[in-house]
Amino acid sequence: MDLDLAALLPEIILALTAFSVLTIDLFLPKEKRGIAFVLAVGGVLATLAAVINLYGSNITILDGTFVIDRFAVIFKIVFCVAALMIFCVSQAYLKDDGEVPHGEFFTMMLFALLGMLTIASSRDLIAIFVALEMISMPSFVLAGIRKSDIRSNEAALKFFLFGVLSSALMLFGMSLIYGLTGATNLADISESLAGQTGIEEVSLVAILFLIVGFGFKVSAFPFQWWVPDTYEGAPIPVAAFLSVASKTAGFVGLFQVMFLALGGLADTWRPMFAIIGVVTITFGNLVALQQNQIVRLLAYSSIAQAGYMLLPLGVASATDTDLNTRIVFAVVTYLLVYAFMETGAFASASAFGRRGGGYMVDDYAGMFARSPVLALSMSAFLLSLAGIIPFAGFWAKLVVFQALIAGEGIWLAVAMVVNTVVALFFYAAVVKRMFFDKAEVMTPVKLPRVLAGTIGVAALVIVIGGILPDFFARLAQNSHFF
Amino acid sequence: MNLVDEWGVTLAVFLPLLGALAITLTPKGMDGIQKILALASTGAALVIGVMVAFAFQHGEPGMQFEKTISWIPSINANYHIGIDGISLPLIVLSLLVTFLCIIYAYWHIPEPGNTKAFLALILLLETGMNGSFIALDLILFFVFWELVLVPMYFLIGIWGGERRQYAAIKFFLYTLFGSLFMLLGFLALYFQSEPNTFDMIELQQAGVLNLPIGLANLIFGGLALGFAVKVPMWPFHTWLPDAHTEAPTIGSVLLAAVLLKMGTYGFMRIAIPILPEPAQVFAPFIAVLAAIAIVYGALCCLAQTNLKRMIAFSSVGHMGFVMLGIAAMTPEGFNAAVFGMVAHGVITGMLFFLAGSIKERYHTYEMPDLAGMGLKIPRMAGLLAFCAIASLGLPGLAGFWGEVMALLSAYRPLEGLNLTVFRSAMVVGAIGTVLTAGYFLWMLQRVNMGRAPEGSKKHKYADVQRLEMLAWAPLLALILVLGLYPRLIMDTTTSSVTRLTETVLGERAQVAQVADR
Repeated sequence: MDLDLAALLPEIILALTAFSVLTIDLFLPKEKRGIAFVLAVGGVLATLAAVINLYGSNITILDGTFVIDRFAVIFKIVFCVAALMIFCVSQAYLKDDGEVPHGEFFTMMLFALLGMLTIASSRDLIAIFVALEMISMPSFVLAGIRKSDIRSNEAALKFFLFGVLSSALMLFGMSLIYGLTGATNLADISESLAGQTGIEEVSLVAILFLIVGFGFKVSAFPFQWWVPDTYEGAPIPVAAFLSVASKTAGFVGLFQVMFLALGGLADTWRPMFAIIGVVTITFGNLVALQQNQIVRLLAYSSIAQAGYMLLPLGVASATDTDLNTRIVFAVVTYLLVYAFMETGAFASASAFGRRGGGYMVDDYAGMFARSPVLALSMSAFLLSLAGIIPFAGFWAKLVVFQALIAGEGIWLAVAMVVNTVVALFFYAAVVKRMFFDKAEVMTPVKLPRVLAGTIGVAALVIVIGGILPDFFARLAQNSHFF
Repeated sequence: MNLVDEWGVTLAVFLPLLGALAITLTPKGMDGIQKILALASTGAALVIGVMVAFAFQHGEPGMQFEKTISWIPSINANYHIGIDGISLPLIVLSLLVTFLCIIYAYWHIPEPGNTKAFLALILLLETGMNGSFIALDLILFFVFWELVLVPMYFLIGIWGGERRQYAAIKFFLYTLFGSLFMLLGFLALYFQSEPNTFDMIELQQAGVLNLPIGLANLIFGGLALGFAVKVPMWPFHTWLPDAHTEAPTIGSVLLAAVLLKMGTYGFMRIAIPILPEPAQVFAPFIAVLAAIAIVYGALCCLAQTNLKRMIAFSSVGHMGFVMLGIAAMTPEGFNAAVFGMVAHGVITGMLFFLAGSIKERYHTYEMPDLAGMGLKIPRMAGLLAFCAIASLGLPGLAGFWGEVMALLSAYRPLEGLNLTVFRSAMVVGAIGTVLTAGYFLWMLQRVNMGRAPEGSKKHKYADVQRLEMLAWAPLLALILVLGLYPRLIMDTTTSSVTRLTETVLGERAQVAQVADR
């Protein structure tokens, strides 16, 4: 047995934290339940330390199923950092809400995070599937955690039904792959496929089913129908969690399966991603244009954002590793930037939703006069999502454009340009409300310190990353996926 | 002096940004300190810019004050800057006009106030404008180019006129649309060059870029779209009248005086020298569009009753002359273009200042309501007449040289370009000058002369204030000086534009050799 426990240390710490939050919460009196937040943050910080400690090492355990490399470590860091920010948003949200049980909430978040850490290291179909389920199950519970709210119930139910269906289909796709190759390890699959001919039809079906599963996770068209209702009905921090962490996990799994196992079949799946990417972006943006509720707007924007990240896969190559490296570099950079701008946007929406604010775009009128710093931060996140200089989101779009041009996907690039302009319209519409319109009341929206700090950190990262983007890019370059 | 050689250009670009940061850190309501900070940072930038101009080696065609710092190694983009005879006049123009705008803003913070945000945005805008004229790396250029969008969007949207929201978003979307195609062009250049580079100077060198002509034309088209929207060339001009009309006075001044030049500068700095062959393919089309813009702009002006909107449309025509000069691709044409850019910046900037000050007094831009201004506020009316006459191209004032040289260059464009097209464009352009004179004189007749309408007959209006004069005097002086002594600009530009033409010719010489073999 090549079991190196050091490689599993982050997961072990996280699992212990999750269990202890669950247990300790049982024995605490109601007024002390805020302790769950402290425990969870402490646990994730310890996990993060353990992850960072692994940076640079290359460990393979469990017969190649579980791998620690730069790629895995970087994404584990992303998941931990995103989770920390979302925990801070949650704390403010839970305090206001008063109904949601703290202990359960953070336990579920921690378990989902555990699944994310696992998927970053998984190099085996079964491990990937288990990790994805480990993310999904707690997410279903989280979406419906406001038990007495009918919208929250609807959110969970929709999410659950779509989720189970897509899991089943993905599993079917995986079984076909197994049937073709007799292997579940990604590298073995790739090797086995390379020697086979005449498998186009079967592999096409298998790939389609796999795309359904991952498409659901990353909210790609046409598997995105659950997104707006679930985001709207779920507590905002949960929506942020789904939109940032869960989506990133989906992309991580997608990369591993598509490039490491099915890289040789790129000619088969390339056009699928080109089409799905363009349609996803266009659908997300066009529907977002008509939204007047901020969470729904962010939900559709989040769909479109997934499209931008799927598009580079539409120029992937079966043989050209340089090009594939560039594609992975582009999407990883995008994901890194996305984690901060999307979390920031949801955190700001949560802040605006507090007393004195609201969730409708109309409630944002004159926010610049009421809460200038919050309005500025929200504008930074929105314009960054739109890809406007001087925010980090521009660089994310730039590297995607770069990958598309390098792969000679000129029409994909043109489609993306048109969409970027369309998208600016609805992002700017929110900015317009905050800056150009008059407020009816002038009282500022009050923020607890934790929430304000989270928004501030995310905004700072987005602005500094906009001027000196090399940090993100170098991190992405160092991931050495291939 | 060493500091100027080494960091002068950088300082001129980033001092305003520092000023903007400092202003955002001051608490709200401390208007006095914020104004002083703005004045100090733009003033210091201008002083440094002038020092750079004096240290500049005139007659030296290449880049000076070059500097390269590694910036984003992972995507191969560098902070590579430098200036030559083409960029120097424009950056000095940008520094000067922004400084004067800050002086003007000292007493004219438009509704709804908020000095802090207003000044900070102008300074941010200045960094973007200045930076565009010095960047020698495509990505760096793009960043500066796009940096002007956000501040201008807010300037129009918050402090603008009645239809400000519409104008702001139209400006934002339109420009973004063009510039993203330009970005795709940049990326294509990067991947087609060997070794891959974003460096403008390296891309101009022979052998770095080997393109099939079809792809080269496509890339040029992408770049040209981005620049053409910014210029704006007919038929991509429709954002301009709205943005200009609705923007606050200072916003209009900066738009006209500096922002539009970024587009024409882009043609001269990037599109033509890097892709000279496609440039020659596109030149006749550009000339035709330029000629259309000249006449179209003039006709639109004739139809306006709104003074500010008329000035806005006059920009379309004037930039048409600049584009005509660029399309000719001869040293005379390029010289005309740079001169035209500076002259238009000075004159039209001044006209927008005047329109703003007139509106402040009359609360309207409608020409029929302004009638009889010559009797009510004679000095203001005098300045308006002076600038209008300069703008219509009276010899002896700045507007003359750009126009007449552009027309002359169209008579004899670069060898190999279609003479019929260019000479027809010249004739159409010449008709345009007559129309231009027509609408300006008609405007003067309607505004300065005549009798005040019943409503405002009894009103008394303040004439030009001393502080307004302080902000305007340098521009008025420049209109006269450039008109009498055009060499002030030409001496700086000639060597650089000659080299630009040589680059274009050199490329063709190479192609011809290949054909001979």
